[in-house]
Amino acid sequence: MIKVNNLHKSFGELEVLKGIDAHIEKGEVVSIIGPSGGGKSTFLRCLNMLETPTSGTIIFEGTDITNEKTDINVHRQKMGMVFQHFNVFPHLTVLENITLAPVTLKKKTPEEAKKQAMALLERVGLADKAGEYPRRLSGGQKQRLAIVRALAMEPDVMLFDEPTSALDPEMVGEVLEVIKALVDDGMTIVLVTHEMGFAKAVSDRVMFISGGVIAEEGTPEQVFDNPQNPRTKDFLSKVLI
Amino acid sequence: MSIGKILKNVVKLLIKYRSAFRQGIFMTMKLSVVTVFFGMIFGSLIALLKMSEFRIGKVKPLEAIMNAYVAFMRGTPLLLQLYFFYFFLPKIIPISLDKYQCVLIGLVLNSAAYVAEIIRAGIAAVDPGQMEAARSLGLNYKQAMWKIIAPQAVKNILPALGNELVSMVKETSLASTFYIGEITSQANIVGGITYMQIETLMISGIFYFVITATLTKLIGIYEKRLKVSD
Repeated sequence: MIKVNNLHKSFGELEVLKGIDAHIEKGEVVSIIGPSGGGKSTFLRCLNMLETPTSGTIIFEGTDITNEKTDINVHRQKMGMVFQHFNVFPHLTVLENITLAPVTLKKKTPEEAKKQAMALLERVGLADKAGEYPRRLSGGQKQRLAIVRALAMEPDVMLFDEPTSALDPEMVGEVLEVIKALVDDGMTIVLVTHEMGFAKAVSDRVMFISGGVIAEEGTPEQVFDNPQNPRTKDFLSKVLI
Repeated sequence: MSIGKILKNVVKLLIKYRSAFRQGIFMTMKLSVVTVFFGMIFGSLIALLKMSEFRIGKVKPLEAIMNAYVAFMRGTPLLLQLYFFYFFLPKIIPISLDKYQCVLIGLVLNSAAYVAEIIRAGIAAVDPGQMEAARSLGLNYKQAMWKIIAPQAVKNILPALGNELVSMVKETSLASTFYIGEITSQANIVGGITYMQIETLMISGIFYFVITATLTKLIGIYEKRLKVSD
């Protein structure tokens, strides 16, 4: 579904990604772990071209989206993204947050979009908040809203950029639960996370990104229980699982 | 000269020259409102041009020109600009302009630069994550700008525009150099006739203060209402 070839990304002098090759299959759940500043988020943000790679290609569903001639907007509709800081739209109600993109992009009529949005809100337990503005929501509720906002575009893959890092500890569970439900539905997921326990439980594959490269990858058992790379060992010895 | 005497004169002048002062207030209000109104139109235009992605090679000529314009208008005294347009415009424009129009154009061109900066800052103050979230859903730049960024930027911009109106009320006093009949011009004229400069200055001061204090109060109420819907 997503094929990444020799991806490089520099910010000015600083080279953050130093040649990443990866292949994400349909229906796969891939977790990306690693130290801060190692390039995890930059890699994820390159996948939907929020960051423009310095070199390398990203083939999404057969199209090279790094090609300047590709209309990235069309492909982004198929790639949902959830951010660390939620980025819900504060000037729109919960319902409008969800219906905005499908209606603006003419994917759905306003009635259809509303119906779908209510169904999605029902699924994440926010149906009673449909008419509220996001300022009235807790962090966990905001993040659940952000997830269903992305789902409303019926994406083929969901990209999560540290979705629970900005949450109070007691709200982490409710967001992970929603992600878990997506996993069970067979959604293709790329998840950058510090929730090692969760990553271990839901992933088909784990990538350890450090120093701008995939230093190690494999099944959760391989990476977590029997890491080969000294950097992985070092990292895992410092975090709680 | 005692304070009591001065205050007595103030009241006398206010009564005797009330129509002159009324005209002055009217002219000051008219100049300020018309200036900020057109300043908003041209300022928005400048702000749009500044954000334009039009390039020749590596440079963005529109952005560069507009940046230079804004920097220049903000970096030179308004009075100098008014003099410049007062002498310059009649020479280059074929239709005849009276001095009111020259001064108004000078004020508008100056205000536009400040408004452009207010709009730029208002947009820049919106969390960049909002643009990213909108783009990640597949909205193009324009759609994201209009549907997500602009409505949030307006809340930053409107109160600042109110403040621009308040400062414009005060700035119009510079137009008195050309005797176009706003508060300070009228006060100067009355002061010249009666030799009561201190009293007329006090009167114009009170007028300016009442106008700006009222506007500031109204903006404060409006800002509070914006916050409620936030």
